[in-house]
This record gives sequence, structure tokens and C-alpha cells, in this order.
Amino acid sequence: MINPLRSEAEAFRFLIASIVYFGAIVIAAVAGGKWWGLGVFVVLSAAAAWWWLRSRREERPRQTAPRPHAEGERRILVIANETVGGHTLRSMVLERSLDVREEVLVVTPALNSPLKHWVSDEDDARAAAQERLAASLEMLAEAGVQARGEVGDGDPLQAIEDALRTFGADEIIISTHPEGRSNWLERGVVEKARERFAVPITHVVVDLEREREEVR
Amino acid sequence: MAAHAEAHHGPPIAHQSSRVNASVLGMLLFIASEIMLFGSFFTAYFFVRVVNGIPWPTPPFELPVFVAGVNTAILVTSSFTMHWSLQSIKRGNRAGLQGGLLLTFLMGLVFLLTQAREYSRVGFAPHDGAFGTIFYCLTGLHGAHVFVGLSLLLFMTIRAFRGHFSPEQHHGVEIAGIYWHFVDVMWIVVYSTVYLI
Repeated sequence: MINPLRSEAEAFRFLIASIVYFGAIVIAAVAGGKWWGLGVFVVLSAAAAWWWLRSRREERPRQTAPRPHAEGERRILVIANETVGGHTLRSMVLERSLDVREEVLVVTPALNSPLKHWVSDEDDARAAAQERLAASLEMLAEAGVQARGEVGDGDPLQAIEDALRTFGADEIIISTHPEGRSNWLERGVVEKARERFAVPITHVVVDLEREREEVR
Repeated sequence: MAAHAEAHHGPPIAHQSSRVNASVLGMLLFIASEIMLFGSFFTAYFFVRVVNGIPWPTPPFELPVFVAGVNTAILVTSSFTMHWSLQSIKRGNRAGLQGGLLLTFLMGLVFLLTQAREYSRVGFAPHDGAFGTIFYCLTGLHGAHVFVGLSLLLFMTIRAFRGHFSPEQHHGVEIAGIYWHFVDVMWIVVYSTVYLI
């Protein structure tokens, strides 16, 4: 989000822009009358709104790097909603943790409706996510994967970022439903994650309904 | 090997998301509160002037546009010296930091003293109708913000002369600078609407 008062330099630029904006309106109002002033106000306000919307679209998120951790350890961050039970995902985690001390963190985003999110009504969403997480960890334990879990932010990208700040992941595995049934794929979560995080990302498609799984 | 979800006893764990950075959130809340504060006074101003159609300034009173214009130039210049002081410390120029902060503080002080002098000579009081009330409320509210900004600048100037701050550590100056520019922006709005238009 563009915040003109995030740093002194940005605030200074905002001041210069304000001087130009109000200066133009005052000059137009004094020289041409109130309707000219109003016209310049409308034009400049529209231009400022257009520039702001355009800048928002072009703003690229800063890449987040994970915290460093001890050597001889492999840390895997698994981000999955309810598809962590797939065999491929489990065998992939096992394969990556061969001959090293592995640490696996499963993060289950507390998916919520936009309205409930904005009114901070997250209790049900977090409770449901906690149940899915417990089931996922149980499945991983049955497969011999030692893992711990956390309920994360409803936005999967934010959940990854939050986890990276405390968990120095060497790799991120994003588990989704197949295309057509995955809201995350529709929103381009995997592509955005690759752009945003300086960590190798593996996308695992898990089709629990057809017991068909594939790795991309 | 046993897997486990995070076990927790006692009060619920605080949900700490970095969706919005804490300092950014603080600044956004601050801006929002300031917009509401100034917005309420500007609403009163526009109501009095546009809806009620009261002449502005109400005869026989006049606003000291020229003196306020000079004062505006002083305040805007102080933002440039503020910016210069921060840029100086980022480059390791301590004299630039000290000089910039001192000049900014002095110009802010001159602005506030000129404002006080204007009040004593302007010829009307807050109780002289809606015009007087709105004028003193808007300029007075801004003056209060300048006073807060001057207090911040004073502390930063003293710290700069005591050897604080470095090219890596200058967060205090940065925060004071952001506040000072915000105060300047608000004055541009007040001066344009109250004195010029």
C-alpha cells in the first residue's frame, strides 16, 4: 500500500506534491474565478487518483528471505489448507529429509470470508483451521514425518510471510487442489509466492477425490 | 515420531500477523485520526462559508494574507532544511545534520511567533461570529501541531549536538521529519482555503 508518510523522503515528496496541487487550484481560483478553481481541483484530483491506482498495480512486493538457521538441518515449510493428506506430499517431505535433521512446519491458513475478516470475526475460521491442521499432522505422523503446525493468516501469501519470519525455511511446499477446483490457483498464489519469497517453492497438486496426485 | 499441534495453556495466543507492519499501522492510524480531527474543523469551515454563505472574511475584518504568505514561505523552507539535515546524516555529515535541525527549529519558532503576533493584531477574536471562531480554531489547531513538532525538533537538535545519530541510526530524526512535513502539508491546506480562496 502506498503510504506517503512511510519515510521522511516520501513525506517530503508528498509536501512538494501538495504545494503544486494547492498552488494550481489557488492560481486558477484567483485568476479565473471559483469555477476555474473547481475545474482544476477536479482535474488534479482525478489525475492524482489515476496515478495512485496505477502505482498500486505496479508496486511489486519486497522479497522476503527466511531467517538463517543452524547448519546440518533442513527446514521445510508446508502450506496447505486441507490437502496435506496426499501420498505424494508425504513422500516428498520424507525424501527431502533423508540423511539430514529435518524440521517440518505445516501452516494451515484460517480461511475466512472478506466480511468476517474485516470485522475481525476470526474465531470460527481459526478453530476450523486448527481441526484441519490436527488431522494433517496426524496423517504426517502416520507416514513417519515429524512435524509441528500453526494456524496462519487467512491469506496464504501472508501466512507464508509470517511463518518465514520465525521459521528459516530452506524450501516451501504449497499444496493445492487441482486446477478448476483450487481457489488458490485461480488467484495465482503459487506464482505470486515465487515472486515474493527468496526460497525454492514446490507446488504439489493433490486430488484427494480421485486419489490422483501430481507434482509440478 | 509424534507429530503435534502447538500446545498452549492460558490466555489465547495473540494473533500477530505481519499483514500490516506495526510502525506503518501506527502511522496510518495517526494519519486517520488527524484527518478526522482537521476534517471536523474543515467541515465547519465549509458549512459556514458555502452552506450559510457567510462572506469570507466577514466585513469589516481582513485577513493578513501577505504576512501569512511570508510565514508560509518560512514554514515550507523549514521542510527543505529538515530534508537536508536527514540527507546529511545519511551521508555521515554531522555538521549538516546539526545545522539543518537548528535552522528548521528556528524557522518553526519564527512561524509560531509570527502567528502569535498575527493573533494580537488581526483585529477580531474567536467570539466575533462564526468566521472568527473557525479562523482561530483552524489556525490554532495547526499552531498546536507546530508546537508539538517544535518540541520533537528541540529534542532531536539537542541529541544531534550531543553526538547522537549516525548514518545507520537516525530513526528519531526520520520520525520528527515525517511529522514536520505532515504539519507543513496541513498548513498548505489551511493557508490555501482560509486565506487565499
